[in-house]
Amino acid sequence: MKKVKITDIADVIRSKNSGPYELTLDIIFKNREFFELARRSGVFKKDLYADLYGISVDKVIDLVEFEQANAIKATIVRPLVSGDPGETDVYGAQQHAPLLSIEVPEK
Amino acid sequence: MGEMRVLSPTAILGYGFPLDSFKEGMKRKPHAIAVDAGSTDPGPYYLGAGISFTDRNSVKRDLEIILEAAVANNIPLLIGSAGGSGGEPHLNRDTGLIREIAREKGLHFRLAIIHAELGREKVRAALEMGKITPLGPVPPLTKEDLDQSVRIVGQMGIEPLVGALEAGAQVVVAGRAYDPSVFAAPLVRQGFRPGPAIHLGKILECGAIAATPGSGSDCLLGRIGAGYFEVEPLNPTRRCTVTSVAAHTLYEKSDPLYLPLPGGCLELKNAKFEQTAESRVRVTGSRFMPAQKYTVKLEGVKKAGFRTVTIAGCRDPVMIKEIDQVVDTVKERARDNFAGAGYDYFLDFKFYGKNGVMGLLEPERNVVPHELGIVIEAVAETQEIADTICGFARSTMLHCSYPGRIATAGNLAFPYSPSDFKGGEVYRFSIYHLMEVNDPFELFPLEIINI
Repeated sequence: MKKVKITDIADVIRSKNSGPYELTLDIIFKNREFFELARRSGVFKKDLYADLYGISVDKVIDLVEFEQANAIKATIVRPLVSGDPGETDVYGAQQHAPLLSIEVPEK
Repeated sequence: MGEMRVLSPTAILGYGFPLDSFKEGMKRKPHAIAVDAGSTDPGPYYLGAGISFTDRNSVKRDLEIILEAAVANNIPLLIGSAGGSGGEPHLNRDTGLIREIAREKGLHFRLAIIHAELGREKVRAALEMGKITPLGPVPPLTKEDLDQSVRIVGQMGIEPLVGALEAGAQVVVAGRAYDPSVFAAPLVRQGFRPGPAIHLGKILECGAIAATPGSGSDCLLGRIGAGYFEVEPLNPTRRCTVTSVAAHTLYEKSDPLYLPLPGGCLELKNAKFEQTAESRVRVTGSRFMPAQKYTVKLEGVKKAGFRTVTIAGCRDPVMIKEIDQVVDTVKERARDNFAGAGYDYFLDFKFYGKNGVMGLLEPERNVVPHELGIVIEAVAETQEIADTICGFARSTMLHCSYPGRIATAGNLAFPYSPSDFKGGEVYRFSIYHLMEVNDPFELFPLEIINI
């Protein structure tokens, strides 16, 4: 099956703290068509995020489609509370790179 | 009132804004100016140390412009989460600046100060009555964590801000506040529905971040009418589009359809976004649902010691290959060397170029870069011990041996002399919980001063 790269169908891919205990991951698709393709593909499951970040599925605490913004949003438990010993990214804004490897089947 | 307008000058007080954008905003005759001044994003330090993450001179620059405009046009100015964290020292920094500007410019107005810091005793009483619950993936609050917390703030909702306006205040400086509150309060006070008012506040609180191209240092204007609100940028290089505004609704929140807030929840599953002009977006269908019990979010931090860091680099391919072993050697030498001293410390290494940014979440663990940026970090109960451990780790790492070593003169490149930096106090979040209260004003005393 032919696949499209996430970077070809989304124009925003980002991570950010949602409070000091959670990290939220946004993918905003270029248009409704790409958003529908993605949501129907079955790719965007909690397992996907668990695999990409090497965490257990129960750490993926939210997965929401937000049609108004053509967006799919997942929220994971931060591996460390913001600022705790060992912290690498206090704002959580540079944790999105694994999402860039996602591929979605074309039809 | 048919339509009411609120001007948001910038995403965070002190982040700045172009004067032209602000003047454009004032031309549209806003009924209020409001600005958010805080966040927990910069981490636990600022709340704990009582220091603002925003710079005094930058905040003063923004405040001078907006305070003068508010007084000249006789409209209210509301500032939320003053000083960044909204505790007493933070509130004092910003109210001090306001007094200073008023004195310098000869401005007179009625100032409301709303406090948001609360004592441990109050939280302890609530904890004993079972009125404290964790917020999200947070462990239940323990008495130990509470006892160790050095500063606790509650996040106020709209009500205390409306109360301050009712008391005749023209300038309201609030301690820690739910970000959209300062924007929504003047609207709700005039009878607009809380759903659209809060949703509008949620967008305005980040300034022009909701426009495209987005910016955290530019203005955004909000308009509210019966059953709708609209947002528009004031800089001709930006537009608000359905996508930019809807996308902003997602920003830094876990679930964009249900946004919990003091006293209820904002429900956006029926929210509609439409383009009503070239750079203006209208939103309808935002709903506020009051909660059964009024809860206030508490934020608290405890002290974790003092930090010292060293910044260095490495360009040796053999050392880079053996870096994990080098770390083990340095840690073991530090342990052994100070075994008799009884120091309690945390010694950590970050390697930029190799898992420095993502840490535990990094999927690519086995890369071998051609150079490494290194940060050696020691945290201990005193600055002196942190200095000792960091300095020892640095000198050991500089000269230790590792398998296959060829470059025997030194293992590290230091960009600076001195190589070690005192990071000062270190804090950790200890409280991020909801507290049930009897009324929305309970934790937030109001003070009125004529300036």
